[in-house]
Amino acid sequence: MKAFPLLLATLVPLSPALAADEACELGKPLIPVEAVLPHAAAAVTERHSLNIIVLGSGSSTLPGPTGEKNAYPARLEAALGPLLPGVGVKVVTYIKTRQTAAEMMEQELQRIEEQKPALIIWQTGTVDAIKGVDPEEFRQTLDQGVALLQADGVDVVLMNMQYSPRTDAMISITAYADNMRWVSLQHDVPLFDRLALMKHWVELGTFDLYDASKNTDTAERVHDCIGKLLAGLIAAAVKQPAPAAETR
Amino acid sequence: MAVVQTRTEPTPQTPAAVAPAPVAAPAGRDLRLDLFRGIALWLIFLDHIPSNIVSWVTIRNYGFSDAAEMFVFISGYTAAFVYGRAMRERGFVVAGARILKRAWQVYIAHVFLFVVYLAEIAYVSKNFESSLYAEEWNIFDFLKQPDVTLFQALLLKFKPANMDVLPLYIVLLLGFPTALWLLLRRPALALAASMTLYAMARTFEWNLPAYPSGEWVFNPLAWQLLFVIGAWCGVGGAERLAGLIRSRVVTALAVIYLLFAFAIVMTWYFPRYGYLVPHWLGELIYPIDKANLDVLRLLHFLALAVLAVRFVPPGWPALEWPVFRPAILCGQHSLEIFCLGVFLAFAGHFIRVELSGGPLLQLMISLTGIGVMIGVAWLLTWYQALEGRGPARRTRNADLAGGDV
Repeated sequence: MKAFPLLLATLVPLSPALAADEACELGKPLIPVEAVLPHAAAAVTERHSLNIIVLGSGSSTLPGPTGEKNAYPARLEAALGPLLPGVGVKVVTYIKTRQTAAEMMEQELQRIEEQKPALIIWQTGTVDAIKGVDPEEFRQTLDQGVALLQADGVDVVLMNMQYSPRTDAMISITAYADNMRWVSLQHDVPLFDRLALMKHWVELGTFDLYDASKNTDTAERVHDCIGKLLAGLIAAAVKQPAPAAETR
Repeated sequence: MAVVQTRTEPTPQTPAAVAPAPVAAPAGRDLRLDLFRGIALWLIFLDHIPSNIVSWVTIRNYGFSDAAEMFVFISGYTAAFVYGRAMRERGFVVAGARILKRAWQVYIAHVFLFVVYLAEIAYVSKNFESSLYAEEWNIFDFLKQPDVTLFQALLLKFKPANMDVLPLYIVLLLGFPTALWLLLRRPALALAASMTLYAMARTFEWNLPAYPSGEWVFNPLAWQLLFVIGAWCGVGGAERLAGLIRSRVVTALAVIYLLFAFAIVMTWYFPRYGYLVPHWLGELIYPIDKANLDVLRLLHFLALAVLAVRFVPPGWPALEWPVFRPAILCGQHSLEIFCLGVFLAFAGHFIRVELSGGPLLQLMISLTGIGVMIGVAWLLTWYQALEGRGPARRTRNADLAGGDV
């Protein structure tokens, strides 16, 4: 009987950490494994640095004073460090709420090009769906944007919308999600399927995303997992023997 | 109680069968239409419950087309069948007036559903402050300016998610008197005109405007083609095609195409196998445009229809089996059951969110919903019989069916 509290004492501090990592792991099957990011790979092998820009709307950050620190871009930077030892990883965000893909392209893309990042994570879709932008226009915007970035020697990872059970019936996102998938297939850029990932977590009961209250804890854990999984995708991709990166 | 008999026995008893008709129209009510429409209603209900696990059974997960195509085609078929008879018997004005009356009924149904939707969304917005979904919260913005929203909704420009089918149907019905008039005189010309409109709408990107931006999710100028193809079959085209549909080559082509669509769709659900789709093929087929009834979707539906017609022949005795009865009942009251399905999908989603339920709850909601749909369809049938619309009921009921979505 004496051992019981001891056992409890060792288990309790362990379990949340363990659970958090397991939760992220559960999403692994939904992350593309064969992604290739040649420019990011070249930056890592040649310059030992990796400059990443996150271009996104409101769902790329969290509200509140500590929001930015806990949102997935910051978590990505933190998670990539240990995965790419000896590489200077820097994540810069270009995030503005309520921005459609077209607005991002008009207002941000040029500034981003000047920064010459190796990789851009383009999170979009939700705002366009809410505003009812023509899905075909949305697709063309993405198509042009990705082509432009690729021509500039920037790798792209597309990230689609969040899965939000409460507003699920109210925002018709299917057409936009489909278009993002098609653009990713056409340009051979990886799609980080946040929608499927979060849905998967809900189905497994990993996170309670139904909760409508101000539950910052769940929000932070979700972002942490997204950051970690994204880091996994990028780390695997830059280690892939890429056809363009002949330096390997 | 001769009522029940008239429903199940497709005996020609209206003057239409006797009156000289320019085009040979099938005499009785084709139970297959009711059956497939009933099934389509169930599938639409399952698809409308967001992220429903049970919706894995629905056809949209196994090919390009979904229940919407089934619905529009069958509605075109029955509308032509019913109003075509009226037009031949009573003339253009009477049949046209009936069609427009139907369009008005559908409009009322749409407005009713919109109010239900408003009630739900207003309730949900009241206690929604999740920090994870600050962005999604913007969907409630429109509640802040009801003056604009309500007007745009009444103009059919503002259509919340899942409320696009009825407006499409209203527009299709508004154009139907003219289309039917031509279909009865020169069916081939009507079909050609419809195809031309489809091609032009796709080429020149014609569509109706939507609010706050964009265009209609179901472009009526494109989707009219499926409706007219259905109507063309309904005024005698089906008989003309019978030989072609039964040919082995056509069946084989249909099967091959369905398998191809299945394989492509599987790569969407298992992105790891996406690389198996050759680049040139992806270039060729993507994007598959639902709004403008992509040719791939149209072909997929036609392939399904070919197989359905081949393996479920008219007058198939099994159609009378009790197992099919619930679907047939639902298919016979499709406007009512469609609206009920949209309402139940809202309600089901609401229950699920409030209870944070898992797959078991989703299964229960889905089954209960279909049960309620069947129960109400049965009640409607019973009520019609009670009203004593005996022999006259036939036409009345046909009108319902014909007008149905």
